[in-house]
Amino acid sequence: MITMPLLTRRFGKIKPTSIKDYMAHEGYEAFKKALLMDRIEVIEEIEQSRIRGRGGAGFPAHIKLIALAKEKATPKYVICNADEGEPGNFKDRHLMEHDPHAVIEGMLIAAYATRATHGVIYIRGEYQHAMDLMRQAVEAAYQENLLGDNILGQGITFDIEVRSGAGSYVCGEEFALLESLEGKAGRTRVKPPFPTEKGLFGKPTLINNVETFANYPVIIDMTGAAYAKIGTPSSTGTKLISLSGNVKNKGVYEVPFGVPIRTIINELGGGVEKGRQLKMVQLGGACGPIIPEYMLDMIVDFDRFEEFESKTGAGAIIVIDDRYDFFELLHNISHFFAHESCGKCIPCREGNLQLIKTIEKFMNRKATEKDLSALESQARVMHYTSLCGLGQTAPTAIISMLYFFRGVFLQRIEDSQMEVSS
Amino acid sequence: MHIDQVLTQFPKTPDRLIEILLAVQARHPQNYLPEDDLRKIAHYLDIPESRVCGVVSFYTFFSTVPRGRHVIQVCENIPCHVNGAASIITTLAEMLGVKPGETTEDGQFTLETASCLGCCDEPPVMRINQKIYHHLTLDKIKAIISEYKEVSS
Repeated sequence: MITMPLLTRRFGKIKPTSIKDYMAHEGYEAFKKALLMDRIEVIEEIEQSRIRGRGGAGFPAHIKLIALAKEKATPKYVICNADEGEPGNFKDRHLMEHDPHAVIEGMLIAAYATRATHGVIYIRGEYQHAMDLMRQAVEAAYQENLLGDNILGQGITFDIEVRSGAGSYVCGEEFALLESLEGKAGRTRVKPPFPTEKGLFGKPTLINNVETFANYPVIIDMTGAAYAKIGTPSSTGTKLISLSGNVKNKGVYEVPFGVPIRTIINELGGGVEKGRQLKMVQLGGACGPIIPEYMLDMIVDFDRFEEFESKTGAGAIIVIDDRYDFFELLHNISHFFAHESCGKCIPCREGNLQLIKTIEKFMNRKATEKDLSALESQARVMHYTSLCGLGQTAPTAIISMLYFFRGVFLQRIEDSQMEVSS
Repeated sequence: MHIDQVLTQFPKTPDRLIEILLAVQARHPQNYLPEDDLRKIAHYLDIPESRVCGVVSFYTFFSTVPRGRHVIQVCENIPCHVNGAASIITTLAEMLGVKPGETTEDGQFTLETASCLGCCDEPPVMRINQKIYHHLTLDKIKAIISEYKEVSS
């Protein structure tokens, strides 16, 4: 089997809103096990698992936990980033809709390990159903004394509040998310200081992705050493893959790291629909690289993804067949980022608009050599000088296409010249 | 519900601004935030009106112009785009006689394009008010829209 259900093992087997069902399937056992351990042992277990954050950037999870645990200021916050706005990603929604208590249990483990007392789950406003389920799950956890004061008689306090976004992609960025929770426009802050030092309301704050939290109970349950044996040396554990686009079986699949992308598309996804040809694949979402068919033997692995200098690690795979034009897709992607840019820094605010203008020249067969070098330099400037991940990764699709499909750009320039001369 | 009744449900701390705006807008039959409401919210939280306006203009969910009773948002990002989202938008525009961003003359529908709704496993997708509709086909959207028309009339 290619799939390996750890996070998805309860999917479809329990009623998501039933805490009793969750408990009948080992639910909250890992948290109870953690309570018997020293706080530092819990963090050590997570360190040994070598888990990296599942939101896209792949930052080692234990470093943030240690940083928060060391902070003296109170209150400390643990925030679940459920602002899954990256096009092509829907695995966090599936987690919250199928197994919401796993997310709460993960937050509890992190809170215990770091002495945090306040929890927030920030869910994008579009996820109304997931929000309703998470609120019900939080309420049920309070009734079972798994949240609130003196949790399970252990003298620990931890509260969780579910908060809604209001339609802004950039609020998935850590600092933009904090600003949004403070009731402001979601514009990022200059770092350092990092959230673990000065986060929500200036207090120490841990921000993890939904899937990262859902992994903590798994790690505590099986031990960090056992967890570290799953996957690849650089990327341990399993990954939830959001598979979409022109593939037969779209959906969320849980695979150990190290599985080739081609295997996921063909064996889990059932290949390209209606016998059409696969033209390209976008990894990670709109902010990710577009790769050609011959790159599909690449494995799911953070170190491989990092080669693209993008936050590809959230695990989206978008398959695109031969009906679609390269430039039309790039236009769609740049339009998305221009709409979602917060406008705080110039490279992102102006850069996305410039990218659109240049891509339109290619779309309309009015492109020259000069436009090609302009596109390259615009993309690079944005990547290197933007303040946050949005602007830095908005041009990834273009940069990767210039690398893998350069001939398509040159051909379009040639076509443009033909059109001028005819 | 009167705006004052909505406001009193929330603590008077500025971090509640977005939740308050969502609640105030949701109760308005035209799905928007009139200037007067924004002023009252600023007064309630004791923050400058400019801050309220800054937040309202930043987040896509908020509107300062009247919208239809039903706001239709069609996802136009790549996973939906490569599964026929463009023809869904064109058909809806023809059916309703409006362009994306506009409201029908009878004030029933506003058509909008949206960023990813996170349902890329069931494309193409649209959202009407809070409800998501998956696997859209031309027949399906006709049935859905006529259903809303019946309920409204």
